[in-house]
Amino acid sequence: MSGVHAPPRALPSVRPARPPRLWPTVGALLRKELLVELRTLESVPGMSLFAVTTFVLFHFALNRSSVEGDLAAGILWVTLLFAAILGVNRLFVADADQGGFDGFLLAPVDRSAMFLSKVLTLLAFLVVLELVAVPAFALLLLGSPLGPALPGLLATLALGDLGVAVIGTLVAAMAVQTRARDLLGPLLALPLFVPIVIGGARATSPLLVAVHPGTPALRWLLTLGLYDLLFGLIAYALFDFLLED
Amino acid sequence: MAALEVEGLTRHYGEREALADVSLSLDAGQTLVVFGPNGAGKTTLLRVLASLLRPHAGSVRVLGSSLPGEAWAVRARIGLLGHEPLLYRELTARENLRFYARLYGIEDERVHELLESVAMHGRANEPLRTLSRGMVQRVAVARAVLHDPELLLLDEPNANLDPAAIELVVPLLAGGSGPNGLRTRVICSHDPSGGLAQADVVLGLRAGRPALLRAAAEVDPDEIAELYR
Repeated sequence: MSGVHAPPRALPSVRPARPPRLWPTVGALLRKELLVELRTLESVPGMSLFAVTTFVLFHFALNRSSVEGDLAAGILWVTLLFAAILGVNRLFVADADQGGFDGFLLAPVDRSAMFLSKVLTLLAFLVVLELVAVPAFALLLLGSPLGPALPGLLATLALGDLGVAVIGTLVAAMAVQTRARDLLGPLLALPLFVPIVIGGARATSPLLVAVHPGTPALRWLLTLGLYDLLFGLIAYALFDFLLED
Repeated sequence: MAALEVEGLTRHYGEREALADVSLSLDAGQTLVVFGPNGAGKTTLLRVLASLLRPHAGSVRVLGSSLPGEAWAVRARIGLLGHEPLLYRELTARENLRFYARLYGIEDERVHELLESVAMHGRANEPLRTLSRGMVQRVAVARAVLHDPELLLLDEPNANLDPAAIELVVPLLAGGSGPNGLRTRVICSHDPSGGLAQADVVLGLRAGRPALLRAAAEVDPDEIAELYR
C-alpha cells in the first residue's frame, strides 16, 4: 500500500467536446510502443544479434575473404528479412497479452491510428537493425567500406523497409489473433516478402562490387515503390476488419 | 430513458452458445447486477455491451445507439473494468493513464486527480509489473473512469482490493457527472449480499440463459444462491 489513502471525492466532468484527431493518436500509440520496447528490449536487440550472427556464419561457411554482386546482395537482403520476422512476430504481443487491444478498441479513435503507429514502430526497429547490421555486413563479408555505394544502398533499404513494415504489420495483426501466432507470422510474411527480396537484391547488386560500384537500377527501385504502395493500400483497407470481432 | 435495451441477444463461440435469448432493459442511472456461476455468460454480456463482441442474434441498444452498427457513437461514453486491467506492465501507472488520456482527448490534470483519488500518486512512477495486484486494480479503476463514462461495465470490480481500497473506488465507480449524479452500471458479481445492496435490477444467468430477471427489491438472496447450485 502506498501510505495513507486520500479521501474520496467526486471529480468534475472531463468529457472532451470531440474525439482526438488521427495524428495525435498515432503519436500517443507510437510513444507507448517505443517506451515498451525501451523497457523490455524484446525486439531490436534480438533482431540485431540475429543479423550479426548470421553474417558471422556466412563469413565462415563461405570460406571467402569477400563476396560481391548478386551473392552479397542476396545474403544482405535475406538476412535482413529473417531478422525483421523476429520483430514482426513481437509487434502485437504486448497488446494481445496485456489487453491493450481491448483498451484501444474501446477508445473513440480512428482504428487506422493503430496501423500507422505499428508501421512506424516497425520502421524504427528496422532502421536500428540496419544501423548495426549493415556495418557488420561490410566488415565481415564485403571486406571493404561501402563508401560511394552508401547513398544508393540507403535509398534501396528505405523502400524495402517500408514494404516490410506495411506487410509485417498486416501479417502480425492477422497472426496475433491465432494460437499458432509464432508459426503463422513467418508463414504468411515470407511469401509476401519475395518481391521485396527480388527488388531489393537486384537494386543492391550493382552497388556491392569492389571496383567501380554502380547505382541502383531505377526499374527495381520503382518495383519496390509500387509494391509498397499496393500493399499500403491493401493493408489500410483491411486493417480495421482485422481488429473487429 | 432506457440506457440499455437488449432483446433476444444470442452469442456463440464456435459451436458453444455463450448467451441465448437474453432480454433486458435498464434506465439511465440504474445499476444492473449480473449473477451466475463461472461460464454462465456474464463476461460475454459485458463484452457485447462494450461493443467488443458482435451479437449473433437479437438487438442491443446502448445509450440510444444500436450495436454494433453505431458503436463509434457510444465508445467515448462507455467504461469497462474487466478481469484484465487493460494496462501495460512495463509502463508506470502515470504513463498508462496518460496514454489512455491521449486516446480520449483528456488533459493530464485528470490523470493527476485520479491517481490521488485511488491513492496511487506515491507509486505512480513505478512500472506496473512491480506493483501488487490490488494496486494495479486501483489503477485499472482510474483507467475505467478516466473519461467520466455514462455507462460503466464492471466485472467483479472489487477483486484484489482491500477494504480501504474498496472505500476509495466505490464513489468513483458510482458517481458520474450525469443529470442525477449517478452512472448507469452493469456489474458482474459473485457476492449475493454485496451485489444486491448495489442493484436496482438483478439478472441471473445459467449456461448463457436468463434464469432470473427482476427488480432487486423483489429478489430473495436464496434465489441467487440457487443459481450456483
